[in-house]
Amino acid sequence: MADKKAGKARFSRAGIPKCPSGIRGLDEITGGGLPRGRPTLVAGSAGCGKTLFAMEFLVRGALEHGEPGVFVAFEENARDLAQNVASLGFDLADLAARKKLLVDYVSIERTEIQETGEYDLEGLFIRLGHAIDSIGAKRVVLDTIESLFAGLSNEAILRSELRRLFRWLKGKGVTAVITAERGESTITRHGLEEYVADCVIMLDHRVTEQVSTRRARVVKYRGSRHETNEFPFLIGDHGIFLVPVTSMGLDYEVSTTRISTGIPRLDTMLGGKGYYRGSSILVTGTPGTGKTSVASTFADAACRRGERCLYTAFEEGPEQIFRNMRSIGIDLGAWAAKGLLRVHAGRPTVAGLETHILTMHRLSDEFKPKVVVIDPISNLTEVGNQVDVKAMLSRLIDHFKSNGVTAFFSSLVTRGVNEETSGVGISSLMDTWLQLEDLEKSGEHNRGLFILKSRGMAHSNQIREFLLTDRGIDLLDVPVSSGEVLMGSARVAMERREMEEDRQGRVEIDRKKRLFELKRREKVARVDSIETGFLAEAEDFKEYLRTETNRQEAARKTRGALGRARKADPVRAGGNAKKPAVSRGRR
Amino acid sequence: MVEKHTPSFIRKGSGKKKADTTEQFEKAVSRLAEGKYVLRLYVAGMTPNSARAIANLKKICEEHLAGRYDLNVIDVYRKPTLAKGEQIIAAPTLIKKLPLPMRKLIGDMSDEGKVLIGLDIRTR
Repeated sequence: MADKKAGKARFSRAGIPKCPSGIRGLDEITGGGLPRGRPTLVAGSAGCGKTLFAMEFLVRGALEHGEPGVFVAFEENARDLAQNVASLGFDLADLAARKKLLVDYVSIERTEIQETGEYDLEGLFIRLGHAIDSIGAKRVVLDTIESLFAGLSNEAILRSELRRLFRWLKGKGVTAVITAERGESTITRHGLEEYVADCVIMLDHRVTEQVSTRRARVVKYRGSRHETNEFPFLIGDHGIFLVPVTSMGLDYEVSTTRISTGIPRLDTMLGGKGYYRGSSILVTGTPGTGKTSVASTFADAACRRGERCLYTAFEEGPEQIFRNMRSIGIDLGAWAAKGLLRVHAGRPTVAGLETHILTMHRLSDEFKPKVVVIDPISNLTEVGNQVDVKAMLSRLIDHFKSNGVTAFFSSLVTRGVNEETSGVGISSLMDTWLQLEDLEKSGEHNRGLFILKSRGMAHSNQIREFLLTDRGIDLLDVPVSSGEVLMGSARVAMERREMEEDRQGRVEIDRKKRLFELKRREKVARVDSIETGFLAEAEDFKEYLRTETNRQEAARKTRGALGRARKADPVRAGGNAKKPAVSRGRR
Repeated sequence: MVEKHTPSFIRKGSGKKKADTTEQFEKAVSRLAEGKYVLRLYVAGMTPNSARAIANLKKICEEHLAGRYDLNVIDVYRKPTLAKGEQIIAAPTLIKKLPLPMRKLIGDMSDEGKVLIGLDIRTR
């Protein structure tokens, strides 16, 4: 089976056959593993994890790749070694019993040894050869071969013998890991890189501001492409864990599926459907604006859908979060009991930034959540500078995105500081950015929520008042009055005032209605009285016309009779001569 | 006893079966009483170094320890497990089992002064 794998590796694109180390993350940065059948030098200062690195290489080889291994220990005896790696879950005794691993402790005490002339290290060769042949080993570790320099004084012999040893190892066809102490100006103290030139990996253990971080770097890899960056790594309960770098690109698949925020009105604000699955969401806010509540609501919504959720808390312990969220009607404890929710809580200062990020990587790889909440990321700046935090977070986000994990980050911003710069400078990595505001006015603080951005969806531009009730988060419309938004009691006062104005308006209408009615009635009355006066006048006028007509008729008749009597000319109607008499007669 | 070293390194190991530890101890004590030197020379094949070491050691022993030494020459190739048990890395390696303290001498035994110091025959 091992041969089959070797054959497969021989035709890899990288050109030279690779031997998968089994160390998580390492095979990605070396493009498949260590050079098969050749020695690899692992250099580093004391305590940087060389021995564990080498041991994991053997254990994984034995367990996962069917390749037995020989561990030649120059520094610790087999029993100490077994105890030291037991904490990583490696059972050396069991592997030894199954003939998958053989530990040979080589002890060299300078005080016990007298050099009396020419010699070689054939004894070591024979031991090693016998060990390799007895279990059919494919992997060999020499940890730390430099101990020979301390035990033997003839450096000329040692150097020529080491050169011969590495040639001999190649001839044996075993993949070897040789560990060495780091030198002052050279890679290793005794210049072993001269002999082991195929692949050199440096391990480093740095302490910055009381926080230690381990890093690994592939210095050279003859005949193969490899990553040249420094990669932080972690020594956890399951061995070494390097940041996986397969997701370093931006070419991950994107989802068009939408998932609820857990707050119906927020879903409405986000185009009616909520966040995109696999997107990254940032919620920023000053202290006490409800970031954890928004985060918990989202976690709760994920669990309700039956999805696993990983909640990383840097400020509160799990029990405290459970208790606090119960006050707004969210029972995260129940989800944790069901195994849908896992809370990973810890102060940021307990470990370096890389360690935190790696832990999140590892947890997400193990727990396989669909939703990850990190509350808050801003605390990570306590253990790293902004550049580091941004670089690490972008790797983490890439990792989540390539796995379709929706990541929810909260970030604490300081009041009065520009949000753009205080959001750990990571807002550009975020797809959706919610801002929680603490609005202070007329002696009270109120919470407001709005969407700063949300890529790829139509979203509301409005501020909503954000209320924490015992049944969860509620978002309210915010009234605007003379260009200002009103919240809290100001909003309530505004609503009261509006109601009062409404009532007053109704009263006024009634009053006006009544007044108008009176006016109408007055008009009617006045029209009546004018009509009455006019009728009287008309009557009067008719009466006058009638009497006058009668009188004139009578007068004409009288004049006619007199004329006839006097034989006078017939009367001309309207004759001037008679007029005065008429008028006289009228008066 | 002198003839014991005469066979070359080709002799198969110590030629003795694994003895009971108590027995070994008693033997050792008896040898100690006699002031005997128990020497094991481990070589890796018939190399020039091996040949020189054997010749040099024989000469030194004859000159300084005549009649009171017990020398075995062992080829590590034939007894690879012994290499592990005796913590052999260099070849040739001479182990002075007795008298105590146990000492290891490596090399072709060409530096007679160092060999004598190593065997506690001469003090510095």
